[in-house]
Formats: sequence, structure tokens, C-alpha cells
Amino acid sequence: MREIEYDQIVETVKNLAIESNSVLDEEMYRALEQALQTEKSPVGKEVLKQIIENDRIAKNEMIPICQDTGTAVMFVEVGEEVVVKGGHLKDALIEGVRRGYVEGYLRKSMVKDPLRRVNTGDNTPPVIHFDIVPGDRLKIMFAPKGGGSENMSMAKLFPPAAGREGIKKFVVDVVDQAGGNPCPPIIVGVGIGGNFEMSAILAKKSLFRKVGERHPDPFYAELELEILEEVNKLGIGPMGLGGTVTALDVHIEYYPCHIASLPVAVNIQCHANRHKVAVL
Amino acid sequence: MSDEYKRITPPLTDEDVAQLRIGDKVLITGYIYTARDAAHKRLVELIEKNEPLPFDIKGQIMYYVGPAPAKPGYVIGSAGPTTSYRMDPYTPQLLKLGLKGMIGKGQRGEAVKEAMKKYKAVYFEAVGGAGALLARRIKSVEIIAYEDLGPEAIRKLYVEDFPVIVANDMYGGDLFLEGKMKYRKVG
Repeated sequence: MREIEYDQIVETVKNLAIESNSVLDEEMYRALEQALQTEKSPVGKEVLKQIIENDRIAKNEMIPICQDTGTAVMFVEVGEEVVVKGGHLKDALIEGVRRGYVEGYLRKSMVKDPLRRVNTGDNTPPVIHFDIVPGDRLKIMFAPKGGGSENMSMAKLFPPAAGREGIKKFVVDVVDQAGGNPCPPIIVGVGIGGNFEMSAILAKKSLFRKVGERHPDPFYAELELEILEEVNKLGIGPMGLGGTVTALDVHIEYYPCHIASLPVAVNIQCHANRHKVAVL
Repeated sequence: MSDEYKRITPPLTDEDVAQLRIGDKVLITGYIYTARDAAHKRLVELIEKNEPLPFDIKGQIMYYVGPAPAKPGYVIGSAGPTTSYRMDPYTPQLLKLGLKGMIGKGQRGEAVKEAMKKYKAVYFEAVGGAGALLARRIKSVEIIAYEDLGPEAIRKLYVEDFPVIVANDMYGGDLFLEGKMKYRKVG
């Protein structure tokens, strides 16, 4: 067994929260520069210039890219040989979020319950998805997920006959309906299969893949590119003001499913595509 | 769309609004007021009870934003626009009282667009997710109402050269629709 200190986990999550809110992956900066080159609309270009300038300021000054510093979402892979010393794993993850958002001057966007809506004051609780894996490592994948793009996401359970074309049409329609609301250029996360809840989790998890990276299965890689092409024909453009770059990428993840079902979930990610991973 | 920026300072008159057309790039200098979901709900409750609002809304510009907390040495934390359609149920009543401009992101509903024509108002798009850039153009911040709402409190901001794009004008123009149709290659 391998011991990991409670305090080390807290510190790691705190840093993930702060850094992910200010610094994007190199691939994202490149994708935005590329979008500025290809975008046809003058208004769209102006929007992209402001986004690029904004992201540069945020990185240099270590201030949040966007004031919506999100719900703290974590995918946590716990090695079977890991033992947490000095406290519980889940408590450490929550405490890390609390410290990151309070000490990092990040906005607190969580309310205690969905109907009475009183702010929790420290952005806890996070949404955590645990997985048990072989080995002695603890992997924490952290994403602050903004409300604007999350609100435009959707899930649907199709009959298997809907097939590839049915899925394509659904994803493109979801993006079309969302228009400028989710802060395009977006990344479209698509979860196919599993069941009702798993399709949504797959869609969220697919957003951790680097922009420009294709699915390892050529069948799904091709589908990603086809959907991307269709989405960019919609004309929505940067911030929905019209243009040729509506999405920077489409990521699909799949899982086996029931003979009667074809679940599909679309999770939309804004251009502030904030993801950061730590392995302890 | 001209490449030049138009410059405006609130409070806005009908004549100011009449000069603004969709696609115009605009720089705002002066005082603007923040309000988002919870503050809108409270403002409209006051209107329904015939009680005065916490600030004189006539000619003013409202900014849909819930800023991040300020780091030491900063006036305000990141402060980009939030999605505007959530304010749609409340907006026509505020336009009726003389609100002239709104800054947010994303398209507005039909009732809001109609009210903008009727009461001569304009809707500006600020770049969503550009919270760090936009915060630099905010020079002072004062909470004037609903401090208990935290990021949703109403703040009076002094902004300099705050960059926005006219998305809906008082003539019924809608850049979301027109822009999309111009670049759309599907049915």
C-alpha cells in the first residue's frame, strides 16, 4: 500500500482550482489563434481578438479567464493500493475546492439547494466522479465548469434505429439551438451509450481530451470530424454574432449499451476550456 | 460594420440610441449598473409594489454580470457578461421605466426585442468569457443595493472605453439572426 497525506491532496486540489481558472492548455491558445486566421466574419474576428487578449491577461496576471469560475467538477481515479493518511479522501477534495476558491479570489457560484438558492459561500460542494483503478496513484482531473455552457447541454435516449445519422442530427441541433449562449467558439462533448446517466458523464469526461486530439477508434474519429464540419456550417460564429467558427472541436466518448437503447448526451464547453490534471 | 468605434456616455437619450445600429463597435465611458438574476427579481418586485428602485434607472445602462472577487491591488475581479435570456422575463418592465441599454451575452426573446423598439433601447454584446480583459476597463466599484446577494448585488461601476458590440438596435435589427444567416450554409 502507498500512503498519501490528506494535506497533500488538499493543496493539490487548491492549486488545480486556481491554476485551471487562469491558464489554459497550450492547445487551446493555438486553436484560438487558428480560429482567428480562418474566421470570415469581421465581427467574429473582433470577438476572437478580445478572447485571445483576455486569455493572455489572465495567464500573465493569474486572474480568472472568466468571472464564472464554475462548479468544481472532478474525475478522480483512485489506485487500489492508495491509502489516505490523516483524513478522508472525499473531505480532502472538498477542502481543496474550498481553499482554492476562497484563497484564490474565485467566484463562489454554488447554492445550497436548487430551489431555495442560498449561496454556500465557498463554492463547495464539488461534483465528483470516482473510479477505482489498479495501481498506487491518485489521479485528479479538475474542471471548473461554467453555467452558461452547461445550461445549453442536453441528453436524449434514442431507439437504436436512429443510428449514426440520428446522433449527428441531434448534436448539430443542440448546438444550433444554443446559438451564442454557451460562449462560442465551443467544444462539443458527446457521450454515446452506457445508459441515461452514463451518457452525460461520458460527455463531460470527453471534454478533458486536448483540443485537436481525435478518438483512437477511426470510426468515432471520423464521426467527430463530420459533426465538427456540420456545426461550423451553422453560421453561429464567435459569441453567436455570425461567423464560420462556431466550434473548435467535437469529442466523442462511448460505452457499451443495452440492445434496446441508444443514449446520447451533449455537454457544451465554452471557449474558456479549463481543464487541469494532477497525479499523486 | 465600420471599423471605427463609436463612443457613448450614459445616461443615454433617445437620440443617442437612434445612432446605434447592429454590428457597431462601441466604447462606453461613464457609470453603469450591474444586475443579474436575483437582483432583477427584486427590482421587479419593487416595481410591482410601486416602490422606488435603489437607483434612477432613466437613461441608464445595465450590465448583466456577477464579478469574481478582487485580488489585492485590483478594483474588481474578472467581470464578463452572463447569459442575458435569463433576464428576459423582467426586462420589459425596466425598459418601460426608461432603461436605455443592456450589456450581456446571447440572444434576447421576442418580448424584449419588441419592448426595445417601443421604448427605444439598445442591447450590447460584450465578449463572454473575456472577464479579465473587461475588468481592466472598470475603474471603480460601489455596491449600492442587495449586498446580501454577494456576486449578484447591484454595483455601480465607472467604466472607461468598455468595449461592446450592438447586437439589437431600436429598429428591430438583430445581429444574432442576421449574422447567422449571412454565414449559414445549411437549411
